[in-house]
Amino acid sequence: MASLGELERAVMDLLWAGQEAATANTLRDLLAQDSEAGDGTAGHQGKDLAVTTVLTVLSRLEKKGLVERERGTRPHRYQAVSSRADHTAELMHEVLGSAPDREAVLARFIGSVSESEAATLRKLLGYN
Amino acid sequence: MFWTSYFLAVLALILAWPVPVLLSRAQWPARSPFTAMVLWQAIALAGGLSMIGAMLVYGLEPTGDNLIAGLRSLAGMVFNNEPTTVLGFWHLFALSAAALLTAHLVFTLLLTYYKIERQRGRHRELLTLLASPSDDGPGTVVINHDSPVAYCLPGGARSVTVLSDGLMAALEPAELRAVLIHENAHLSQRHDLLLWAFAAWRQALPWFPTTRLAQTAVNSLIEMLADDVALRTESKGTLIKAIAIVSSGSSTPGPGGQPLSPRALSGVGAVVEGGSISATGGADSPRTTASRVSRLLSPEPPLATALRALVLATSALLLAVPTGLLIVPGMLG
Repeated sequence: MASLGELERAVMDLLWAGQEAATANTLRDLLAQDSEAGDGTAGHQGKDLAVTTVLTVLSRLEKKGLVERERGTRPHRYQAVSSRADHTAELMHEVLGSAPDREAVLARFIGSVSESEAATLRKLLGYN
Repeated sequence: MFWTSYFLAVLALILAWPVPVLLSRAQWPARSPFTAMVLWQAIALAGGLSMIGAMLVYGLEPTGDNLIAGLRSLAGMVFNNEPTTVLGFWHLFALSAAALLTAHLVFTLLLTYYKIERQRGRHRELLTLLASPSDDGPGTVVINHDSPVAYCLPGGARSVTVLSDGLMAALEPAELRAVLIHENAHLSQRHDLLLWAFAAWRQALPWFPTTRLAQTAVNSLIEMLADDVALRTESKGTLIKAIAIVSSGSSTPGPGGQPLSPRALSGVGAVVEGGSISATGGADSPRTTASRVSRLLSPEPPLATALRALVLATSALLLAVPTGLLIVPGMLG
């Protein structure tokens, strides 16, 4: 059985790739197909994957604010809140931004370079 | 016991303002970042200790010959309802201030830890969904982003180094190795602990020059320490080129020294979001990258062993004096 983390990733990949909202049943079937097509290397998660497990994964993703549920339809249909590119951009904004506590959260290879520092760098590196 | 509190207060004052200002302007930390790092830690710890100690000693002055005796009789007053008449208003004021400051420092330290961990957890979660494992070893992932970005997210066994597609495309294999070694040095030397402690220190006392200067210095020193680790296996030229490429956000200039455009060099941020980030530099911005590059381009000899020993001894003394004054019985006379 794949870990919940891996399943979350697989479900998000499907939701990001698909155009429309999908039900847990559809997602389960797609996951099953993927693992068969994947030559069994991804494990046998698809075949004995229960719909309830997919629902668990979806509700975890919903709590994290990554997935939203369409109200009023039964069974519920799920879709990604924003695209993969948007999430990446948001994450990179966090990395590159200058929030005061960012410096303590992660260590960047190169920090934000100010205009005057850029000038110094250019001079040091002999670019003008 | 009376003059001890004044001595500690003066020590706290010196460590809060002139000493950090002088140290932040000094040139030698680049020649021995490790020693400088020890000194900054000693300044912060001794500063905090003498601030609290000064108030504690002043407040306990009427109760005993030394801190131990004083605390014992204070405990008697608090828990056994012994008479408190020996303590005047200012003594009680100083004692309360000491207790509040201690609680404030401890609380801020814990709160900062909690905040940092929560942000890291959220970040790690998104990385699990968005990034794919890289060939460059375990704990390294690649994220689909065009500008060259490299960073590490500390978290014990779950630490992860993140590289962007843009970075992988822009760097030669050796330069990429230098970046990875640099980031792994942050993780293996536990720089996250230093960043946490000094972030909390600044958070707790933001109006003290020492806390801002210390955080800026520590941020810069850990980069130098990590650069030094990278230099053990990779050449100086490789590392400088990696820094130049990542900070310019553009690909390698040609052999003829094709100039980088000012816009490209004005920061990774400018490339990403139309310059909204690079604009935040200002006077407060640490000149970490420039000082790193100048340190690599025109290296100065490491600090002489005798000088290093002197700085380390000073650091030890800074910690020993306030601790000694507070704890050793009879020294307070």
